[in-house]
Amino acid sequence: MMRRPLPPAERTAGPVVVSGVSSDAHTWNLVFLHLLIEECGHAVRNLGPCVPPDLLVSACLDAVPSLIVLSSVNGHGHRDGLDSIRAVRAEPRLAGVPVVIGGKLDVTGELAPERTRRLLDAGADAVCTDDTGVHRLRAILASRPAHTPLAA
Amino acid sequence: MTAHPSAIRAPDFGPHVRAVARTGGTVVQPRMGFTDPARMRAGLRAVRACRAATVGTITVDSYTRVGDLAAAAAAVGDDTELNGYPLLTHPLPVTRAVLADVAGMPVQVRHGCATPEAIVAGLVAAGLSATEGGPVSYCLPYGRTPLTESVEAWRRSCARLARLRDDGVRPHLETFGGCLLGQLCPPSLLVAMSVLEALFFCQHGVDSVSVSYAQQVDHAQDVAAVRALRRLAHELLPTEDQHVVVYAYMGVFPTTRHGARRVLTDAARLAAAARAERLIVKTEAEAFRIPTIAENVAALEAAADAAVGPGDPVVDVDEEHRIHREAATIVAAVRDLADDVGTALLRAFRRGYLDIPYCLHPDNAGGTRGYVDDRGRLAWDRIGRLPLGGLVRPRQGRRPTAASLLRDLNRVRDRADGPDAAGLPPARPGDALGD
Repeated sequence: MMRRPLPPAERTAGPVVVSGVSSDAHTWNLVFLHLLIEECGHAVRNLGPCVPPDLLVSACLDAVPSLIVLSSVNGHGHRDGLDSIRAVRAEPRLAGVPVVIGGKLDVTGELAPERTRRLLDAGADAVCTDDTGVHRLRAILASRPAHTPLAA
Repeated sequence: MTAHPSAIRAPDFGPHVRAVARTGGTVVQPRMGFTDPARMRAGLRAVRACRAATVGTITVDSYTRVGDLAAAAAAVGDDTELNGYPLLTHPLPVTRAVLADVAGMPVQVRHGCATPEAIVAGLVAAGLSATEGGPVSYCLPYGRTPLTESVEAWRRSCARLARLRDDGVRPHLETFGGCLLGQLCPPSLLVAMSVLEALFFCQHGVDSVSVSYAQQVDHAQDVAAVRALRRLAHELLPTEDQHVVVYAYMGVFPTTRHGARRVLTDAARLAAAARAERLIVKTEAEAFRIPTIAENVAALEAAADAAVGPGDPVVDVDEEHRIHREAATIVAAVRDLADDVGTALLRAFRRGYLDIPYCLHPDNAGGTRGYVDDRGRLAWDRIGRLPLGGLVRPRQGRRPTAASLLRDLNRVRDRADGPDAAGLPPARPGDALGD
Protein backbone atom coordinates (compact mmCIF):
# COMPACT_ATOMS: atom_id res chain seq x y z
CA MET A 1 0.00 0.00 0.00
CA MET A 2 1.36 3.39 -0.95
CA ARG A 3 -0.36 6.44 0.35
CA ARG A 4 1.33 9.35 -1.24
CA PRO A 5 3.81 10.15 -3.94
CA LEU A 6 7.38 10.12 -2.70
CA PRO A 7 8.89 13.50 -1.88
CA PRO A 8 10.95 15.24 -4.55
CA ALA A 9 14.31 13.67 -5.07
CA GLU A 10 16.60 16.61 -5.76
CA ARG A 11 18.00 16.94 -2.23
CA THR A 12 18.62 13.26 -1.85
CA ALA A 13 21.85 12.11 -3.38
CA GLY A 14 22.98 10.08 -0.37
CA PRO A 15 22.95 6.33 0.05
CA VAL A 16 19.94 4.18 0.79
CA VAL A 17 19.91 3.21 4.46
CA VAL A 18 18.85 -0.40 5.00
CA SER A 19 17.94 -1.29 8.55
CA GLY A 20 16.32 -3.88 10.74
CA VAL A 21 14.11 -2.81 13.64
CA SER A 22 14.84 -2.94 17.35
CA SER A 23 13.76 -6.45 18.33
CA ASP A 24 14.41 -8.23 15.03
CA ALA A 25 17.58 -10.29 14.75
CA HIS A 26 17.11 -11.45 11.15
CA THR A 27 19.92 -10.66 8.72
CA TRP A 28 19.25 -12.36 5.37
CA ASN A 29 16.45 -9.96 4.49
CA LEU A 30 18.94 -7.12 5.00
CA VAL A 31 21.71 -8.83 2.98
CA PHE A 32 19.28 -9.43 0.12
CA LEU A 33 18.00 -5.85 0.13
CA HIS A 34 21.57 -4.56 0.23
CA LEU A 35 22.47 -6.44 -2.96
CA LEU A 36 19.19 -5.59 -4.67
CA ILE A 37 19.49 -1.87 -3.99
CA GLU A 38 23.11 -1.75 -5.12
CA GLU A 39 22.14 -3.51 -8.31
CA CYS A 40 19.58 -0.76 -8.86
CA GLY A 41 22.45 1.71 -8.87
CA HIS A 42 22.32 3.05 -5.33
CA ALA A 43 24.94 3.00 -2.62
CA VAL A 44 23.81 1.26 0.55
CA ARG A 45 24.50 1.86 4.20
CA ASN A 46 23.42 -1.39 5.88
CA LEU A 47 22.84 -0.90 9.60
CA GLY A 48 22.21 -4.59 10.24
CA PRO A 49 19.68 -6.18 12.62
CA CYS A 50 18.29 -4.99 15.99
CA VAL A 51 18.55 -1.27 15.29
CA PRO A 52 16.80 0.81 17.97
CA PRO A 53 15.10 4.05 16.84
CA ASP A 54 17.76 6.39 18.27
CA LEU A 55 20.54 4.54 16.46
CA LEU A 56 18.54 4.61 13.23
CA VAL A 57 18.12 8.37 13.52
CA SER A 58 21.77 9.06 14.34
CA ALA A 59 22.97 6.80 11.53
CA CYS A 60 20.62 8.56 9.11
CA LEU A 61 21.81 11.98 10.21
CA ASP A 62 25.31 10.76 9.51
CA ALA A 63 24.51 9.17 6.14
CA VAL A 64 22.04 11.77 4.80
CA PRO A 65 20.15 9.03 2.96
CA SER A 66 18.07 9.35 -0.16
CA LEU A 67 15.73 6.65 1.14
CA ILE A 68 15.30 4.59 4.30
CA VAL A 69 14.31 0.95 3.86
CA LEU A 70 13.16 -0.84 7.02
CA SER A 71 12.74 -4.60 6.94
CA SER A 72 11.40 -6.94 9.60
CA VAL A 73 10.33 -10.58 9.56
CA ASN A 74 9.99 -11.56 13.23
CA GLY A 75 6.37 -10.52 13.66
CA HIS A 76 7.05 -7.45 15.80
CA GLY A 77 7.59 -5.09 12.87
CA HIS A 78 4.22 -3.42 13.13
CA ARG A 79 5.16 -2.15 16.60
CA ASP A 80 8.93 -1.73 16.26
CA GLY A 81 8.57 -0.21 12.80
CA LEU A 82 6.14 2.31 14.17
CA ASP A 83 8.72 3.41 16.76
CA SER A 84 11.41 3.65 14.09
CA ILE A 85 9.23 5.67 11.72
CA ARG A 86 8.05 8.02 14.46
CA ALA A 87 11.63 8.64 15.53
CA VAL A 88 12.68 9.46 11.96
CA ARG A 89 9.67 11.73 11.48
CA ALA A 90 10.40 13.50 14.76
CA GLU A 91 13.79 14.60 13.42
CA PRO A 92 13.38 17.76 11.32
CA ARG A 93 16.70 17.22 9.56
CA LEU A 94 15.32 14.01 8.07
CA ALA A 95 12.14 15.64 6.84
CA GLY A 96 11.47 14.67 3.28
CA VAL A 97 13.53 11.45 3.38
CA PRO A 98 11.09 8.74 2.32
CA VAL A 99 10.71 5.67 4.48
CA VAL A 100 9.64 2.28 3.14
CA ILE A 101 8.89 -0.63 5.48
CA GLY A 102 8.33 -4.22 4.49
CA GLY A 103 8.53 -7.87 5.47
CA LYS A 104 6.41 -10.01 7.76
CA LEU A 105 5.26 -7.31 10.12
CA ASP A 106 3.07 -9.25 12.54
CA VAL A 107 2.74 -12.80 13.83
CA THR A 108 -0.43 -13.66 11.91
CA GLY A 109 1.05 -13.60 8.42
CA GLU A 110 -1.50 -11.05 7.23
CA LEU A 111 -1.00 -7.50 8.36
CA ALA A 112 -4.32 -6.02 9.50
CA PRO A 113 -5.32 -2.91 7.52
CA GLU A 114 -5.40 -0.77 10.67
CA ARG A 115 -1.77 -1.70 11.37
CA THR A 116 -0.81 -0.68 7.86
CA ARG A 117 -2.79 2.53 8.35
CA ARG A 118 -0.96 3.28 11.58
CA LEU A 119 2.43 2.87 9.87
CA LEU A 120 1.34 5.21 7.07
CA ASP A 121 -0.10 7.73 9.50
CA ALA A 122 3.19 7.71 11.40
CA GLY A 123 4.95 8.78 8.22
CA ALA A 124 5.81 5.66 6.24
CA ASP A 125 5.65 6.31 2.51
CA ALA A 126 5.04 2.69 1.58
CA VAL A 127 4.24 -0.52 3.46
CA CYS A 128 5.25 -3.65 1.55
CA THR A 129 3.97 -6.87 3.10
CA ASP A 130 3.20 -9.14 0.18
CA ASP A 131 4.81 -10.68 -2.88
CA THR A 132 4.77 -7.40 -4.76
CA GLY A 133 7.08 -5.76 -2.23
CA VAL A 134 10.32 -6.26 -4.16
CA HIS A 135 8.75 -5.08 -7.40
CA ARG A 136 7.49 -1.96 -5.68
CA LEU A 137 10.82 -1.30 -4.03
CA ARG A 138 12.50 -1.49 -7.45
CA ALA A 139 9.98 1.01 -8.79
CA ILE A 140 10.67 3.35 -5.90
CA LEU A 141 14.42 3.02 -6.42
CA ALA A 142 14.02 3.73 -10.12
CA SER A 143 12.34 7.00 -9.21
CA ARG A 144 15.30 8.09 -7.09
CA PRO A 145 18.53 9.54 -8.47
CA ALA A 146 21.18 6.88 -8.60
CA HIS A 147 24.19 7.36 -6.42
CA THR A 148 27.63 6.07 -7.32
CA PRO A 149 27.67 2.60 -5.82
CA LEU A 150 30.42 1.64 -3.47
CA ALA A 151 33.07 -0.65 -4.85
CA ALA A 152 31.97 -4.25 -4.62
CA MET B 1 18.02 -18.67 45.33
CA THR B 2 16.72 -22.20 45.08
CA ALA B 3 13.93 -23.64 43.06
CA HIS B 4 10.47 -23.09 44.46
CA PRO B 5 10.13 -25.51 47.37
CA SER B 6 6.67 -26.67 46.36
CA ALA B 7 7.67 -27.36 42.78
CA ILE B 8 8.17 -30.99 41.85
CA ARG B 9 11.53 -30.99 40.20
CA ALA B 10 11.75 -32.23 36.66
CA PRO B 11 14.52 -34.69 35.81
CA ASP B 12 17.80 -33.04 34.84
CA PHE B 13 17.71 -32.19 31.14
CA GLY B 14 20.98 -33.71 29.90
CA PRO B 15 20.82 -37.07 31.70
CA HIS B 16 17.13 -37.39 30.81
CA VAL B 17 17.70 -36.87 27.09
CA ARG B 18 20.61 -39.29 27.01
CA ALA B 19 18.72 -41.96 28.93
CA VAL B 20 15.62 -41.71 26.75
CA ALA B 21 17.66 -41.62 23.54
CA ARG B 22 19.58 -44.75 24.53
CA THR B 23 16.42 -46.78 24.63
CA GLY B 24 13.80 -44.91 22.64
CA GLY B 25 15.69 -43.11 19.89
CA THR B 26 15.74 -39.42 19.17
CA VAL B 27 13.99 -37.12 21.65
CA VAL B 28 11.95 -34.46 19.86
CA GLN B 29 11.37 -30.92 21.01
CA PRO B 30 9.36 -27.95 19.69
CA ARG B 31 10.31 -24.28 19.42
CA MET B 32 7.15 -23.30 21.20
CA GLY B 33 6.38 -20.03 22.93
CA PHE B 34 3.08 -18.26 23.54
CA THR B 35 2.32 -14.91 25.13
CA ASP B 36 -0.68 -16.12 27.11
CA PRO B 37 0.24 -18.24 30.16
CA ALA B 38 -2.84 -20.43 29.80
CA ARG B 39 -1.91 -21.22 26.21
CA MET B 40 1.76 -21.77 27.15
CA ARG B 41 0.63 -24.21 29.81
CA ALA B 42 -1.70 -26.00 27.42
CA GLY B 43 1.13 -26.18 24.90
CA LEU B 44 3.51 -27.79 27.36
CA ARG B 45 0.84 -30.28 28.41
CA ALA B 46 0.21 -31.16 24.79
CA VAL B 47 3.93 -31.67 24.19
CA ARG B 48 4.14 -33.99 27.15
CA ALA B 49 1.04 -35.91 26.11
CA CYS B 50 1.91 -36.36 22.45
CA ARG B 51 2.81 -39.65 20.86
CA ALA B 52 6.59 -39.17 20.99
CA ALA B 53 9.49 -38.95 23.42
CA THR B 54 9.57 -35.22 24.06
CA VAL B 55 11.09 -32.50 26.13
CA GLY B 56 9.37 -29.15 26.52
CA THR B 57 10.29 -25.67 25.40
CA ILE B 58 9.48 -22.19 26.50
CA THR B 59 10.64 -19.87 23.75
CA VAL B 60 10.96 -16.33 25.00
CA ASP B 61 9.56 -13.43 22.93
CA SER B 62 11.99 -11.12 21.20
CA TYR B 63 11.26 -8.05 23.32
CA THR B 64 12.42 -10.00 26.35
CA ARG B 65 15.31 -11.26 24.23
CA VAL B 66 16.59 -7.73 23.57
CA GLY B 67 15.87 -6.58 27.13
CA ASP B 68 13.00 -4.27 26.18
CA LEU B 69 10.81 -5.28 29.10
CA ALA B 70 8.72 -2.12 28.77
CA ALA B 71 7.64 -3.20 25.29
CA ALA B 72 6.92 -6.72 26.51
CA ALA B 73 4.81 -5.34 29.36
CA ALA B 74 2.97 -2.99 27.03
CA ALA B 75 2.17 -5.85 24.67
CA VAL B 76 0.93 -8.04 27.51
CA GLY B 77 -1.08 -5.08 28.78
CA ASP B 78 -2.93 -4.53 25.54
CA ASP B 79 -3.22 -8.22 24.58
CA THR B 80 -0.91 -8.03 21.60
CA GLU B 81 0.32 -11.45 20.66
CA LEU B 82 4.11 -11.68 20.91
CA ASN B 83 6.37 -14.20 19.23
CA GLY B 84 7.08 -16.01 22.48
CA TYR B 85 6.52 -16.23 26.24
CA PRO B 86 7.47 -13.05 28.11
CA LEU B 87 9.30 -14.89 30.90
CA LEU B 88 10.33 -11.74 32.78
CA THR B 89 6.97 -10.01 32.48
CA HIS B 90 4.50 -12.56 33.80
CA PRO B 91 4.73 -12.79 37.60
CA LEU B 92 6.78 -15.68 38.92
CA PRO B 93 3.79 -17.56 40.39
CA VAL B 94 2.18 -17.44 36.94
CA THR B 95 5.21 -19.05 35.32
CA ARG B 96 5.43 -21.65 38.08
CA ALA B 97 1.78 -22.47 37.48
CA VAL B 98 2.51 -22.83 33.75
CA LEU B 99 5.12 -25.43 34.65
CA ALA B 100 3.34 -27.07 37.57
CA ASP B 101 1.57 -29.89 35.80
CA VAL B 102 4.33 -30.87 33.43
CA ALA B 103 6.76 -31.36 36.28
CA GLY B 104 7.91 -34.77 35.07
CA MET B 105 9.15 -33.37 31.75
CA PRO B 106 12.34 -31.33 31.47
CA VAL B 107 11.66 -27.91 29.96
CA GLN B 108 14.28 -25.81 28.24
CA VAL B 109 14.12 -22.04 27.86
CA ARG B 110 15.08 -20.81 24.38
CA HIS B 111 15.77 -17.12 24.14
CA GLY B 112 18.29 -15.79 21.59
CA CYS B 113 19.82 -13.28 24.00
CA ALA B 114 23.44 -12.13 23.92
CA THR B 115 23.33 -10.91 27.52
CA PRO B 116 21.11 -13.49 29.19
CA GLU B 117 21.76 -12.89 32.92
CA ALA B 118 18.20 -11.70 33.59
CA ILE B 119 16.68 -14.53 31.57
CA VAL B 120 18.88 -17.07 33.36
CA ALA B 121 17.90 -15.58 36.73
CA GLY B 122 14.25 -15.75 35.66
CA LEU B 123 14.36 -19.35 34.56
CA VAL B 124 16.22 -20.39 37.69
CA ALA B 125 13.64 -18.59 39.83
CA ALA B 126 10.91 -20.46 37.98
CA GLY B 127 12.57 -23.75 38.90
CA LEU B 128 14.16 -24.49 35.52
CA SER B 129 17.77 -25.36 34.79
CA ALA B 130 18.15 -25.86 31.03
CA THR B 131 18.68 -23.22 28.39
CA GLU B 132 20.73 -22.61 25.24
CA GLY B 133 22.70 -20.14 23.19
CA GLY B 134 26.30 -19.08 23.55
CA PRO B 135 28.59 -16.06 23.67
CA VAL B 136 29.12 -16.10 19.90
CA SER B 137 26.03 -17.70 18.45
CA TYR B 138 23.58 -15.39 20.23
CA CYS B 139 25.72 -12.33 19.73
CA LEU B 140 27.24 -11.93 16.29
CA PRO B 141 24.47 -13.17 14.08
CA TYR B 142 21.66 -11.88 16.27
CA GLY B 143 22.16 -8.26 17.15
CA ARG B 144 24.61 -5.51 17.92
CA THR B 145 25.90 -6.30 21.40
CA PRO B 146 29.71 -6.10 21.31
CA LEU B 147 31.26 -9.57 21.53
CA THR B 148 33.25 -8.61 24.64
CA GLU B 149 29.99 -7.81 26.46
CA SER B 150 28.39 -11.03 25.35
CA VAL B 151 31.36 -13.12 26.51
CA GLU B 152 31.25 -11.44 29.94
CA ALA B 153 27.48 -11.89 30.18
CA TRP B 154 27.73 -15.57 29.28
CA ARG B 155 30.50 -16.08 31.86
CA ARG B 156 28.19 -14.69 34.53
CA SER B 157 25.22 -16.67 33.22
CA CYS B 158 27.18 -19.92 33.25
CA ALA B 159 28.32 -19.17 36.79
CA ARG B 160 24.72 -18.61 37.88
CA LEU B 161 23.62 -21.87 36.32
CA ALA B 162 26.60 -23.72 37.77
CA ARG B 163 25.56 -22.66 41.28
CA LEU B 164 22.43 -24.77 40.87
CA ARG B 165 24.62 -27.75 41.53
CA ASP B 166 24.73 -26.69 45.18
CA ASP B 167 21.03 -27.58 45.21
CA GLY B 168 21.57 -30.95 43.62
CA VAL B 169 20.44 -29.80 40.17
CA ARG B 170 22.45 -30.50 37.02
CA PRO B 171 22.07 -27.41 34.82
CA HIS B 172 22.25 -27.92 31.07
CA LEU B 173 23.40 -25.67 28.25
CA GLU B 174 23.02 -26.29 24.53
CA THR B 175 25.19 -24.35 22.10
CA PHE B 176 23.44 -22.55 19.29
CA GLY B 177 26.76 -22.50 17.43
CA GLY B 178 25.54 -25.04 14.89
CA CYS B 179 23.14 -22.51 13.40
CA LEU B 180 24.86 -19.12 13.06
CA LEU B 181 22.89 -17.46 10.26
CA GLY B 182 21.08 -20.71 9.49
CA GLN B 183 22.17 -20.85 5.85
CA LEU B 184 25.22 -20.67 3.59
CA CYS B 185 27.79 -21.41 6.28
CA PRO B 186 29.94 -24.44 5.46
CA PRO B 187 29.49 -27.22 8.03
CA SER B 188 33.03 -27.19 9.41
CA LEU B 189 32.57 -23.72 10.90
CA LEU B 190 29.20 -24.74 12.39
CA VAL B 191 30.83 -27.78 13.98
CA ALA B 192 33.81 -25.77 15.24
CA MET B 193 31.60 -23.07 16.74
CA SER B 194 29.39 -25.60 18.49
CA VAL B 195 32.37 -27.31 20.08
CA LEU B 196 34.03 -24.02 21.06
CA GLU B 197 30.90 -22.77 22.79
CA ALA B 198 30.49 -26.09 24.61
CA LEU B 199 34.11 -25.80 25.75
CA PHE B 200 33.26 -22.32 27.04
CA PHE B 201 30.29 -23.70 29.00
CA CYS B 202 32.38 -26.49 30.50
CA GLN B 203 35.14 -24.08 31.46
CA HIS B 204 32.59 -21.99 33.33
CA GLY B 205 31.18 -24.85 35.33
CA VAL B 206 28.29 -26.11 33.21
CA ASP B 207 29.38 -29.55 32.12
CA SER B 208 26.05 -30.97 31.02
CA VAL B 209 26.05 -29.75 27.45
CA SER B 210 24.65 -30.40 24.01
CA VAL B 211 26.24 -29.45 20.71
CA SER B 212 24.03 -28.40 17.83
CA TYR B 213 23.92 -28.64 14.07
CA ALA B 214 21.28 -27.09 11.85
CA GLN B 215 20.15 -29.07 8.80
CA GLN B 216 21.56 -27.51 5.62
CA VAL B 217 21.14 -28.15 1.89
CA ASP B 218 22.41 -31.68 1.35
CA HIS B 219 21.41 -34.74 3.34
CA ALA B 220 24.62 -36.72 2.89
CA GLN B 221 26.75 -33.72 3.80
CA ASP B 222 24.58 -33.14 6.88
CA VAL B 223 24.95 -36.74 8.04
CA ALA B 224 28.71 -36.44 7.62
CA ALA B 225 28.73 -33.14 9.51
CA VAL B 226 26.73 -34.41 12.48
CA ARG B 227 28.97 -37.46 12.73
CA ALA B 228 32.02 -35.19 12.61
CA LEU B 229 30.47 -33.00 15.30
CA ARG B 230 29.86 -35.95 17.58
CA ARG B 231 33.42 -37.17 17.11
CA LEU B 232 35.02 -33.80 17.74
CA ALA B 233 32.84 -33.18 20.80
CA HIS B 234 33.86 -36.56 22.23
CA GLU B 235 37.49 -35.81 21.58
CA LEU B 236 37.54 -32.34 23.09
CA LEU B 237 34.80 -31.84 25.68
CA PRO B 238 35.83 -32.68 29.25
CA THR B 239 32.50 -34.29 30.14
CA GLU B 240 30.57 -37.47 29.54
CA ASP B 241 27.28 -35.63 29.91
CA GLN B 242 27.11 -34.43 26.32
CA HIS B 243 24.77 -35.04 23.45
CA VAL B 244 24.07 -33.91 19.92
CA VAL B 245 21.00 -31.91 18.92
CA VAL B 246 19.89 -31.43 15.33
CA TYR B 247 17.79 -28.44 14.30
CA ALA B 248 15.31 -28.88 11.51
CA TYR B 249 16.16 -26.41 8.78
CA MET B 250 16.57 -22.84 10.05
CA GLY B 251 16.57 -21.11 6.68
CA VAL B 252 13.82 -20.04 4.30
CA PHE B 253 11.14 -22.61 5.00
CA PRO B 254 8.80 -24.39 2.55
CA THR B 255 5.39 -22.85 2.14
CA THR B 256 3.45 -25.99 1.24
CA ARG B 257 2.35 -28.70 3.63
CA HIS B 258 4.16 -31.40 1.73
CA GLY B 259 7.28 -29.25 1.46
CA ALA B 260 7.41 -28.54 5.17
CA ARG B 261 6.79 -32.21 5.88
CA ARG B 262 9.59 -33.25 3.53
CA VAL B 263 12.13 -30.99 5.20
CA LEU B 264 11.06 -32.15 8.64
CA THR B 265 11.22 -35.79 7.57
CA ASP B 266 14.73 -35.23 6.24
CA ALA B 267 15.74 -33.62 9.52
CA ALA B 268 14.41 -36.62 11.43
CA ARG B 269 16.23 -39.00 9.10
CA LEU B 270 19.37 -36.95 9.64
CA ALA B 271 19.02 -37.19 13.41
CA ALA B 272 18.45 -40.94 13.17
CA ALA B 273 21.23 -41.59 10.69
CA ALA B 274 23.79 -39.63 12.70
CA ARG B 275 22.38 -40.90 16.00
CA ALA B 276 21.64 -37.46 17.37
CA GLU B 277 19.97 -37.76 20.75
CA ARG B 278 17.65 -34.81 20.22
CA LEU B 279 15.88 -33.04 17.36
CA ILE B 280 14.21 -29.64 17.40
CA VAL B 281 11.38 -29.58 14.90
CA LYS B 282 9.74 -26.99 12.71
CA THR B 283 6.10 -26.94 11.76
CA GLU B 284 4.08 -26.62 8.58
CA ALA B 285 3.19 -23.07 9.58
CA GLU B 286 6.83 -22.05 9.82
CA ALA B 287 6.93 -19.96 6.66
CA PHE B 288 3.95 -17.88 7.66
CA ARG B 289 3.45 -17.35 11.36
CA ILE B 290 3.87 -18.60 14.91
CA PRO B 291 2.52 -22.17 14.87
CA THR B 292 -0.41 -23.37 16.95
CA ILE B 293 -0.23 -26.04 19.63
CA ALA B 294 -1.80 -28.58 17.27
CA GLU B 295 0.73 -27.79 14.54
CA ASN B 296 3.56 -28.27 17.02
CA VAL B 297 2.17 -31.61 18.17
CA ALA B 298 1.72 -32.78 14.58
CA ALA B 299 5.34 -31.86 13.81
CA LEU B 300 6.66 -33.64 16.90
CA GLU B 301 4.76 -36.82 16.09
CA ALA B 302 5.70 -36.76 12.42
CA ALA B 303 9.35 -36.25 13.32
CA ALA B 304 9.31 -39.04 15.87
CA ASP B 305 7.78 -41.40 13.29
CA ALA B 306 10.34 -40.45 10.67
CA ALA B 307 13.24 -40.81 13.09
CA VAL B 308 12.46 -44.49 13.45
CA GLY B 309 13.99 -45.00 10.07
CA PRO B 310 16.83 -46.82 8.42
CA GLY B 311 19.50 -47.78 10.93
CA ASP B 312 22.84 -47.71 9.22
CA PRO B 313 23.03 -45.13 6.49
CA VAL B 314 25.58 -45.04 3.75
CA VAL B 315 28.00 -42.47 5.08
CA ASP B 316 30.19 -40.25 2.96
CA VAL B 317 33.24 -40.98 5.06
CA ASP B 318 35.51 -38.69 3.06
CA GLU B 319 33.18 -35.80 3.70
CA GLU B 320 32.99 -36.66 7.39
CA HIS B 321 36.77 -36.69 7.69
CA ARG B 322 37.09 -33.48 5.73
CA ILE B 323 34.59 -31.65 7.94
CA HIS B 324 36.16 -33.07 11.08
CA ARG B 325 39.65 -32.04 9.96
CA GLU B 326 38.59 -28.49 9.10
CA ALA B 327 36.62 -28.06 12.31
CA ALA B 328 39.40 -29.53 14.46
CA THR B 329 41.89 -27.20 12.79
CA ILE B 330 39.75 -24.14 13.51
CA VAL B 331 39.17 -25.18 17.12
CA ALA B 332 42.87 -25.86 17.70
CA ALA B 333 43.90 -22.52 16.21
CA VAL B 334 41.40 -20.68 18.39
CA ARG B 335 42.37 -22.55 21.55
CA ASP B 336 46.02 -21.71 20.92
CA LEU B 337 45.17 -18.02 21.35
CA ALA B 338 44.44 -18.28 25.10
CA ASP B 339 43.76 -20.81 27.82
CA ASP B 340 40.57 -19.00 28.63
CA VAL B 341 38.06 -19.95 25.95
CA GLY B 342 36.24 -16.61 26.13
CA THR B 343 39.48 -14.68 25.60
CA ALA B 344 40.41 -17.04 22.78
CA LEU B 345 37.07 -16.41 21.08
CA LEU B 346 37.56 -12.64 21.28
CA ARG B 347 41.07 -12.85 19.85
CA ALA B 348 39.94 -15.26 17.16
CA PHE B 349 37.32 -12.86 15.86
CA ARG B 350 39.77 -9.97 15.98
CA ARG B 351 42.25 -11.98 13.89
CA GLY B 352 39.64 -13.43 11.58
CA TYR B 353 40.33 -17.02 12.70
CA LEU B 354 36.61 -17.07 13.24
CA ASP B 355 34.57 -15.17 10.67
CA ILE B 356 30.90 -15.90 9.99
CA PRO B 357 29.81 -15.69 6.35
CA TYR B 358 27.38 -12.82 5.66
CA CYS B 359 27.23 -11.72 9.29
CA LEU B 360 26.85 -7.92 9.49
CA HIS B 361 28.04 -7.49 13.10
CA PRO B 362 30.85 -4.95 13.54
CA ASP B 363 33.00 -7.55 15.39
CA ASN B 364 32.84 -9.96 12.45
CA ALA B 365 35.64 -9.57 9.91
CA GLY B 366 33.33 -10.23 6.97
CA GLY B 367 36.00 -11.88 4.83
CA THR B 368 34.36 -15.28 4.37
CA ARG B 369 31.63 -16.48 2.07
CA GLY B 370 29.92 -19.81 1.58
CA TYR B 371 28.09 -21.02 -1.49
CA VAL B 372 26.27 -24.06 -2.80
CA ASP B 373 28.59 -25.92 -5.14
CA ASP B 374 27.72 -27.81 -8.30
CA ARG B 375 27.01 -30.94 -6.28
CA GLY B 376 24.48 -29.03 -4.22
CA ARG B 377 26.68 -28.95 -1.13
CA LEU B 378 27.92 -26.09 0.98
CA ALA B 379 31.47 -25.04 0.21
CA TRP B 380 33.84 -22.14 0.81
CA ASP B 381 33.91 -19.34 -1.69
CA ARG B 382 36.21 -17.22 0.48
CA ILE B 383 37.94 -18.23 3.70
CA GLY B 384 39.23 -14.81 4.68
CA ARG B 385 41.75 -15.40 7.46
CA LEU B 386 40.23 -18.66 8.72
CA PRO B 387 43.11 -21.02 9.53
CA LEU B 388 42.14 -23.36 6.70
CA GLY B 389 44.76 -22.32 4.18
CA GLY B 390 46.30 -25.76 3.76
CA LEU B 391 43.00 -27.63 3.78
CA VAL B 392 40.58 -25.73 1.59
CA ARG B 393 40.84 -24.30 -1.86
CA PRO B 394 38.14 -21.63 -1.84
CA ARG B 395 36.45 -20.88 -5.11
CA GLN B 396 37.05 -17.10 -4.93
CA GLY B 397 34.03 -16.38 -7.08
CA ARG B 398 32.42 -13.09 -7.82
CA ARG B 399 30.11 -11.46 -5.36
CA PRO B 400 26.60 -12.91 -5.40
CA THR B 401 23.78 -10.94 -6.95
CA ALA B 402 20.49 -10.41 -5.18
CA ALA B 403 18.99 -13.00 -7.51
CA SER B 404 21.69 -15.62 -6.99
CA LEU B 405 21.64 -15.10 -3.23
CA LEU B 406 17.89 -15.50 -3.19
CA ARG B 407 18.14 -18.64 -5.30
CA ASP B 408 20.56 -20.17 -2.83
CA LEU B 409 18.55 -19.03 0.17
CA ASN B 410 15.35 -20.43 -1.35
CA ARG B 411 16.89 -23.63 -2.63
CA VAL B 412 15.69 -25.93 0.13
CA ARG B 413 12.24 -24.38 0.10
CA ASP B 414 11.86 -24.62 -3.67
CA ARG B 415 13.10 -28.19 -3.79
CA ALA B 416 10.76 -29.30 -1.02
CA ASP B 417 7.76 -27.39 -2.34
CA GLY B 418 8.30 -28.81 -5.82
CA PRO B 419 6.35 -31.79 -7.13
CA ASP B 420 9.32 -34.15 -7.54
CA ALA B 421 9.42 -36.41 -4.53
CA ALA B 422 12.90 -37.48 -5.47
CA GLY B 423 14.16 -33.99 -4.76
CA LEU B 424 16.09 -31.43 -6.67
CA PRO B 425 17.62 -32.18 -10.05
CA PRO B 426 21.40 -31.90 -9.93
CA ALA B 427 22.41 -28.28 -9.67
CA ARG B 428 23.98 -26.64 -12.67
CA PRO B 429 27.24 -24.78 -12.12
CA GLY B 430 25.41 -21.55 -12.98
CA ASP B 431 23.21 -22.09 -9.94
CA ALA B 432 26.11 -21.60 -7.63
CA LEU B 433 26.36 -18.44 -5.63
CA GLY B 434 28.26 -15.67 -7.35
CA ASP B 435 28.43 -17.19 -10.80
